[in-house]
Amino acid sequence: MVEAIVFLIFAAVAMAGAISMIGARNPVYSAVGLLATMFSIAVMYVLLDAHFIAAVQVIIYAGAVMTLFLFVIMLIGVDKSDAYGTQVPAQRILTLVVAVGLFAAIALAAGSAWVTGSDMFGAVDLNGTIENVADELFGTWMIVFLSTVMLLTIAALGTIALAYFGADVEDEEATL
Amino acid sequence: MILTASWFMILAAALFSIGVAGVLIRRNALVMFMSIELMLNSVNLTFVTVSKELGLIEGQVAAMFVMVVAAAEVTVGLAIIVAVFRRRTSANVDELAELKG
Repeated sequence: MVEAIVFLIFAAVAMAGAISMIGARNPVYSAVGLLATMFSIAVMYVLLDAHFIAAVQVIIYAGAVMTLFLFVIMLIGVDKSDAYGTQVPAQRILTLVVAVGLFAAIALAAGSAWVTGSDMFGAVDLNGTIENVADELFGTWMIVFLSTVMLLTIAALGTIALAYFGADVEDEEATL
Repeated sequence: MILTASWFMILAAALFSIGVAGVLIRRNALVMFMSIELMLNSVNLTFVTVSKELGLIEGQVAAMFVMVVAAAEVTVGLAIIVAVFRRRTSANVDELAELKG
């Protein structure tokens, strides 16, 4: 009962944050809306007994990723004029139709699977502690884990290359 | 009222649809990028829900990997947005139309 109330409250916060994210003209408000959604999803993870994933969600998404977003918004400034830009005719209505249609399609297509599985919900005792997740991560999925290490290194190198060579081109253009 | 998996699945589907709408309707590269992050998050929510429902920890490991890939994607994507902004002083994706014939 208590869990259902917590779910309803934070589901409402998540939906409000997501809608304000795509509705706000100022990108800073969009970032704050997304932040509310990310925190609500962390609460959902706690409800699902995934405590480690919830902590990671707050640290990585609400902490690192959103800080990075806010930094970039600060760097490139806020221009409200092109919030929606030029649009094809009836773009908003078409977007609404596509989004609602997609939601209905997912709900219809997957609904049967959810209903059949719902009896099992919580029947199997599962606790997403660091120990349990790490046993799986560093056991079965060790190779995959090592490839994500490689991926992160390459991404960091790529970011440095983009910043470095981007500045180079600018200098060349200035001297021409 | 008993909490079941379908509640979480419906919420995830709704958040994913909002993310799709955000990518379609907004022309600011940053906000489009945030919508993509929202979609990744909603997929993570389904992973963790199914993990709880089936009693398998693999769903949480998959969510972990999605988070790592999303973090890598955010660094590179934001670097590209900043690089584009330095050359054109705009974050509007409609202005990047050089490949148009």
